[in-house]
Amino acid sequence: MASDKYETVIGLEVHVQLQTESKLFCSSSTQFGAEPNTQTTEVSFGLPGSLPVLNEKALEYGIQIALGINCKIAERLKFDRKHYFYPDLPKAYQISQFDMPLSYEGYLDVTTKDNDSIRVRINRAHLEEDAGKLDHESHSDGSLVDYNRAGIPLLEIVTEPDLKTPEQAYAYLTLLKSTIKYIGVSDCSMEQGSLRCDANISIRPKGQKELGTKTEIKNLNSFKAVARSLQYEIDRQTQVVESGDRVVQETRLWNDAKQKTVTMRSKEEAHDYRFFPEPDLVPFTISREKVEELKKLLPELPQAREHRFVKEFQLSEYDAQVLVSDKKTADYYEVCVNSGADPKKASNWLTTELLGILNARKESLENCKVTPESLSLLLQMMDKQVINGKIAKEILPEMVETGNSPEDIVKDRGMEQVSDTGLLEELAKNIINANPKSVEDFKLGKKNAISFLVGQMMKETKGKANPAIVNQLLQKTLSEM
Amino acid sequence: MAKELYEMTVVEAVNHNKDEKNVNELLSSLSKRAEKVNPKVKAYLNWKTEASEFDGKTSKDGKSLWGVPISIKDNICTHGWETSCSSKILKGYIPPYDATVVNKLKNEGAFIFAKCNMDEFAFGSSCESSADFPTLNPWDLERVPGGSSGGSASSVASDEAIVALGSDTGGSIRQPASFCGVVGLKPTYGRVSRYGLIAFGSSLDQIGPLTKNVEDNARIMNVIAGYDPKDSTSANVEVPDYTQTLTKNVEGLRIGIPKEYFIDGLDPEVEAAVREATAMYEKLGAKVKEISLPHTKYAVSVYYIVATAEASSNLARFDGVQYGYRHPSKDLVEMYMNTRSQGFGEEVKRRVLLGTFVLSAGYYDAYYLKAQKVRTLIKKDFDEAFKEVDVIISPTAPTTAFKLNEKKEDPLSMYLSDIYTIPSNLAGVPSISIPCGYDSKGLPIGLQLIGNYFDEATLFRAGYNYEQTMHWNDKKPSI
Amino acid sequence: MEMDINKVALLSRIKLDEEEKVKLQNDLNQILSYVEQLNELDIADVEPTSHVLNLENVYREDKVIQSEAYKEVLKHAPDIHGSYFKVPKVIEGS
Repeated sequence: MASDKYETVIGLEVHVQLQTESKLFCSSSTQFGAEPNTQTTEVSFGLPGSLPVLNEKALEYGIQIALGINCKIAERLKFDRKHYFYPDLPKAYQISQFDMPLSYEGYLDVTTKDNDSIRVRINRAHLEEDAGKLDHESHSDGSLVDYNRAGIPLLEIVTEPDLKTPEQAYAYLTLLKSTIKYIGVSDCSMEQGSLRCDANISIRPKGQKELGTKTEIKNLNSFKAVARSLQYEIDRQTQVVESGDRVVQETRLWNDAKQKTVTMRSKEEAHDYRFFPEPDLVPFTISREKVEELKKLLPELPQAREHRFVKEFQLSEYDAQVLVSDKKTADYYEVCVNSGADPKKASNWLTTELLGILNARKESLENCKVTPESLSLLLQMMDKQVINGKIAKEILPEMVETGNSPEDIVKDRGMEQVSDTGLLEELAKNIINANPKSVEDFKLGKKNAISFLVGQMMKETKGKANPAIVNQLLQKTLSEM
Repeated sequence: MAKELYEMTVVEAVNHNKDEKNVNELLSSLSKRAEKVNPKVKAYLNWKTEASEFDGKTSKDGKSLWGVPISIKDNICTHGWETSCSSKILKGYIPPYDATVVNKLKNEGAFIFAKCNMDEFAFGSSCESSADFPTLNPWDLERVPGGSSGGSASSVASDEAIVALGSDTGGSIRQPASFCGVVGLKPTYGRVSRYGLIAFGSSLDQIGPLTKNVEDNARIMNVIAGYDPKDSTSANVEVPDYTQTLTKNVEGLRIGIPKEYFIDGLDPEVEAAVREATAMYEKLGAKVKEISLPHTKYAVSVYYIVATAEASSNLARFDGVQYGYRHPSKDLVEMYMNTRSQGFGEEVKRRVLLGTFVLSAGYYDAYYLKAQKVRTLIKKDFDEAFKEVDVIISPTAPTTAFKLNEKKEDPLSMYLSDIYTIPSNLAGVPSISIPCGYDSKGLPIGLQLIGNYFDEATLFRAGYNYEQTMHWNDKKPSI
Repeated sequence: MEMDINKVALLSRIKLDEEEKVKLQNDLNQILSYVEQLNELDIADVEPTSHVLNLENVYREDKVIQSEAYKEVLKHAPDIHGSYFKVPKVIEGS
């Protein structure tokens, strides 16, 4: 295959909205979904004479994420103006950070589904203000401008071009998102635009040192779209090069409906952003004490938690990763295990059974009526042979529906496992008598025969019989015959 | 001859205003005066007519400027009152908020009387670049009032204002004060909030008062100075009562004369007046010595790079999208190009282009960065000087008021006329211009006193002592 | 150093006619040649000054204050649709 001759170089730029109450430089609300232009002040409109003042919380949130992705925090930082004319930018410049960013030189270690591990270096993470929103669609004779989003704090996280495959990009984004969500300073919703990603990608012949010409992909609305668009670009660029052409440096838009990237036509001159230090904001120094303080506020992050789960609960790496990728799931899991459930069983029951039911009902763990203690109880009832697995699976949906404890349900419905040997002996005799054919088969050495008899026992007891005892009883009775 | 109400100073107006009736008398007198003289000097874009009344709902209790009418440069935002920077691009722009200084003045009982003409976006030293009309100098109607706060200075000088606010980026308060024979202060950078001042050069701009005498100036500063949480660059430094130390004498005050300021191009009559003023200070007990500000000759270059760079950025927002003038167009880029081409005057275009160029890729280091480095040297000059002296004395401008159109076609020579005022903005130190005599044509000459950071009090004291000795401001233009 | 007036005018979004171009190019080149005087100075080790005061760490609290400014802004805007501002579209290739 031709593509074996090439290797891919990918870098990602992620913008994360920080969940402050007010905007980065003024007191407008950051709430999503308000009437156009109502979440604004003279500052977010960039009205003449208005001046920015930095929201301290945004800076702290930025530092927390930067710490979470192992960045160094600048001792001193400043803001700069980045200029371009577009109606979404009310001042015709964006307050961003150029040469003294908030943080730099971080990394995330990611593992793909196929167990491909890589350290993704992060070049920098800096603060900047969001732009407004343009609507080109609803009117034929003009575009509509809404500045509610203008000035919402963003952290831009830029990787080094370390990623080599779309799968790595996907894994990086997944871990980045879960890390930020753990910290709790952004909801990272791609649908609402609180997490946005642009990708840079180029290919080069294997062994070549210098980078190939890159394209930038925009309009990526999900992690899957990121991965697919990258694969599309790899194929496209490979084809271009193979056919003797050269890749053009350009911005391309991902068209999700057509599953392809298309050139973003633009008559803009080559960008010249004319960065210079923002004279309306003073520099900031961040003391090491402050950094330590913020570090202490960080929760255990997904990567560390995954390692701990493997060690502490003897889970497989894959199971641990699945559990920790969502903080609430992992929290739930830990409470469940700490209240007595077997760690492996808890992992299975939580991720397959309970989440399965919730997914089908389109519900989330957050509002789930089944407390982790109650799931733990259910699992312990199995361990203590009060109920068997089959009954447990029957009970769980009812727990989800009603929120009742498994004990109550079992009691109410008389579902306790029947372990009364006398009762079961009686029943075994009856069943053996009623199925002479099976007895014969058993004597002939047909192993299946006993399974049939066990099934009959379970049927008679409506599944409540303790399968281990039943098995034992039948074995004993048959061999005595 | 009894004094007319419109001739009053701030101090006199405050004493006069016992009740609402007094204020309305004053307002009426001032309106009539404006009706009479404004057609000649054209200092105002608009003002409160005779029919308007003072909104006396606020009680006088404890308000230091109750019922004092204030004239305000048109680049300072006034809620509900058109604020256009004398530019076509902002015609019809009515700010939804008051600048912090306007708020503070209103809180002390003052009210807005008029909006003053200016060089468009404060780009100029003559008031000729106003998109509306040039303002004229009441001392000679064929001459400019200076700029960019030409309307503010001219209105105070022609007694159609009790007091005016101006803004100063490279001399825009002091040079017109000098040309019009009034007192004008550029405070320390960060002393007065810039919130609501439509920015020209953000790292240089300061709002300051233009007044009939030094005491008035101190009174206004008592109100407008101070930290503003809405302006990150305003300093949280205590504001003294500037009127308290006015009357203290200047015995032992150390005054420096920078040798680099007495150069070719300095009008001999201006030089003589400044030398005489210096001699008077010695008589009053001050100690005068020559000092050096070695990087003075680079100030104009640094200024025109830094100020235009910041201006090109600050003026980028005037694009016709949200407010002000929009040139109708079907295409976005064409709308931008035409709106800015039609909306901006020639001097604005010149400076925006220059500022854009010095920030553009490949030129940033050679111009902008270099200028910011030389700015450091200029600032250090002042730091060194103020180890030896308390006040630096100089002419405010190299000449008295020049004629209309005299320098209009030669931007560089216009820029060079700001040589004495620009260094204070680059360093951020406070400076005041006070009248120090008249030339043979009867035109006022301005004396500049430059002080150390946040030491406006010493400037007021030095200015007051000299003013009370010489009484130059007793003379008024006949208009 | 001479400037490319066409490039700078586009970057500044200011349309200039031919006459203006000639005049402004001339003025600006004159100013640029004047500021060449800065090259006399050895400034290799000098720190640039962006702020004359040594202020730092000026913050505001993360607090929402509802503003009604938008009502007046929209009232005076050149073109609106509902509470949106309206602008011309970018016409490709024009």
